[in-house]
Amino acid sequence: MTQLTLKINGQSHSIDADPDMPLLWAIRESVGLTGTKYGCGVAQCGACTVFVAGQPVRSCSMPVSAVGADEITTIEGLKSKEALAVQKAWVKLDVPQCGYCQSGQIMSATSLLELNAKPTDRDIDLAMNGNICRCATYVRIRAAIHDAAKSLEG
Amino acid sequence: MIRLEKSFVATELPRAIARMTVEDATRLSRRSILKTGAAGLALGVYLARGNKAFAQQPPASPVNVAPNTFLIIGSDNTVTVLCKHIEMGQGPFTGMATLVAEELDADWSQMRADHAPSNPGLYKNLAFGVQGTGGSTAIANSFEQMRKVGASARAMLVGAAAAEWNVPAEEITVQNGVIRHSSGKEGRFGEFAEKANQQPLLENPKLKDSSQFRLIGKEGVVKRLDSAAKSNGSAVYTMDINEPGMLTVLIARPPRFGGTVASFDASATKAIPGVVDVKQVPMGVAVYAKGFWAARKGREALKVTWDDSKAEKRGTAQLLSEFRTLSKTPGKIVKQEGAVDAEFAKGGGRIIEAEFVFPYLAHAAMEPLNSYLKWDGEKVVSRFGSQFPTPDMAVIAKVLGVKPENVDLKTILAGGSFGRRAQQTTHIAFELASVAKAIGPGPGVKVVWTREDDMRGGYYRPYAVHKMRGLVRDKKIVAWTDTIVSQSIMKGSPFEAMTMKNGLDSTVYEGSNEIPYDVENFRCDLHQVEIGVPVLWWRSVGHTHTGYAVEAFVDELLDAAGIDPVEGRLALMSKKPRHAGVLKAVAELSNWKNAKLAPGRARGVAVVESFNTFVAQVVELSMTEEGPKVHKVWCAVDCGVAVNPDIIRAQMEGGIGFGLGHILYADIPLEEGRPVSGNFDTYRSLRINEMPEIEVTIVQSTEKPSGVGEPGVPPIGPAVANAIAKLGLTRPRQLPMVPGASV
Repeated sequence: MTQLTLKINGQSHSIDADPDMPLLWAIRESVGLTGTKYGCGVAQCGACTVFVAGQPVRSCSMPVSAVGADEITTIEGLKSKEALAVQKAWVKLDVPQCGYCQSGQIMSATSLLELNAKPTDRDIDLAMNGNICRCATYVRIRAAIHDAAKSLEG
Repeated sequence: MIRLEKSFVATELPRAIARMTVEDATRLSRRSILKTGAAGLALGVYLARGNKAFAQQPPASPVNVAPNTFLIIGSDNTVTVLCKHIEMGQGPFTGMATLVAEELDADWSQMRADHAPSNPGLYKNLAFGVQGTGGSTAIANSFEQMRKVGASARAMLVGAAAAEWNVPAEEITVQNGVIRHSSGKEGRFGEFAEKANQQPLLENPKLKDSSQFRLIGKEGVVKRLDSAAKSNGSAVYTMDINEPGMLTVLIARPPRFGGTVASFDASATKAIPGVVDVKQVPMGVAVYAKGFWAARKGREALKVTWDDSKAEKRGTAQLLSEFRTLSKTPGKIVKQEGAVDAEFAKGGGRIIEAEFVFPYLAHAAMEPLNSYLKWDGEKVVSRFGSQFPTPDMAVIAKVLGVKPENVDLKTILAGGSFGRRAQQTTHIAFELASVAKAIGPGPGVKVVWTREDDMRGGYYRPYAVHKMRGLVRDKKIVAWTDTIVSQSIMKGSPFEAMTMKNGLDSTVYEGSNEIPYDVENFRCDLHQVEIGVPVLWWRSVGHTHTGYAVEAFVDELLDAAGIDPVEGRLALMSKKPRHAGVLKAVAELSNWKNAKLAPGRARGVAVVESFNTFVAQVVELSMTEEGPKVHKVWCAVDCGVAVNPDIIRAQMEGGIGFGLGHILYADIPLEEGRPVSGNFDTYRSLRINEMPEIEVTIVQSTEKPSGVGEPGVPPIGPAVANAIAKLGLTRPRQLPMVPGASV
């Protein structure tokens, strides 16, 4: 067990953890932010997506000790105008069904719009195909990303 | 999963109240109820505090009266509908609230929803007689009941306002949550909620005529009640329960179904920091730890010797060979008409034979299976995505040796289910209680399945073979046989009496015995085989394979007869107007007759009824090196009166994507009885780049509403198969279409 300090959503958290423990469990259980989900544990489904130093990562497969001093952002800490536009579009188009994958979907969609203000369908495919939705809400995910992009134009 | 046998019975409600015991009443009044008028609703001043697993219980009420609560009106004017069906994505929170709000004349912005607690007397599914969700029954069995709840509440609020204002109730109107009198007086629900409790309950309140609906069936006025919480991370699922002192439990399970623990050595496990205890339980060896990671490491360190003497050791290759042998001769007759053997023997025409093979499939909902329970030796608090609360509650009580009324079980949001969270064996609740019992009263336990546990844990869509034979003569289908080999879902379960006739399980053959086509000489027969692999209903149950077999085969026969797939089907549907209705609608929507397709593209069609809902789909696809690429799907659905059009569309979209992913890629092969696929790398799921564009039309209907959670699934597979055949390629007869697909 090691003492670690994680910077999550602008706050510092001191935790005592196995250095090999994936970041996901530190976020969910040590810190108690449960919006980030466990879906597969092997970086296949994307439900655990968070930002580390602004980059989307699969927290289920990143050892907590590898984060270092980098800033972590979870679904609870999203603040960028792109993120808010994405979340607004998600509600407007009623994207979620069961909802369990949607935190990860929203993290990936936010990251896409932060890098690319006007993504094409092909851009969306490339940015979002690491996020599985077993309810298959993909039609609305695509529409909501376009809708968010459009709302940011004005 | 269980066909709605009878229409919902609104008069059940008062009877349910009459049967309530004092304990029921006390327990409920203590737990969730404020003051109440009588059957139908509870009106109170409870302020909803969001959708947390434990936070939603209102303060205790001093009033010990029998409540029947579907409805809580807050002093802040919020109207919280207690939903007796589990919200697992299919939309009952929004659906139930729509029905109530319609008759209550509430404003949509004041509506909220939460799960009802477990109480079969109050919250039973009128199609089952116990509390549970399944068979796409939520809207069907609640349509009248929940409207009555809304209408009763409205009358009581109006009565309270009339008394307060000293005016005749008839002069009062209610619109968008505002109660008004012609004198100019007006008020909102919250002001009258407490006083409304003194008003008499109307046993049979007058319901609106459909011409007066302003929410039901209307576009754009109703939004899902759970979208916001599911878009900001605040929605709470079982996985998110994190109570102080709670232990996370992972179970080492036998690698083969039916295996048991011979011996185990937990010394290495107990040395791992965070591991608290290790106990043998009926389903394996449980590792109790402070958190998931310690539990997982602890389980990895565990040495278990398994006794496989009673385990199922056949692999799927062997099963297929055995199924094929059986399919060569007819099984037990399910349905027979005309003189089918004589017709085949007559000669003339063309005989077409086809064998369809369907693999085991896992539900693989995004949230792996899990459950939570805490008990003190007498009283039990349990929270999880329980799809069958009544039997789940009963088995928890039995295992822990407590009175059923001391089990406080509440269903919470489930991250998907597709049937998996309801089991005929209640094994999730049994396991939870067994794990709690093994370590004794005290700490709360959260049992978590890893993705691999979930995927290798059985309860699959059964393996199935359909051996079909058809005779086409003079451009007509004159004979049809379908010999099915598969495993019963219901045999040995409490549902046996409901779903089995002459020892044959209707969930195996549903859809194959009653085809929508006029064929004079017909036989459907079944070899119901015993296999030691646990199987379960899987989103649309028997229709997952029967829909494919019937719709791919009829297309093949029509093709042999040289008849257009749409025209040919319609000509055979003389007794099936609703099938014909959706088929015509989808043909029109897709411009079936006159569409000019790009080179390399082809279209296919299929129509399947399941759970009284009729769905037809047209697909347009092309072939790539990696397999079929579906570009677009057109879908027509007739689910009777459409309550929430946008949720119906969402369920069709999701059903199509779910069905498509499985027919293309999904397979749980068994090697010597051991499931091979363990995660999404080998059990490939549809991804966004593979999702087609989808256009849905809802056929206008005045028939009773029926469900939409499952019926979007069955037609997509055969529609894809039929389009592939149009490209001049072999119609896929063994699923998945892209075998061995991995990421």
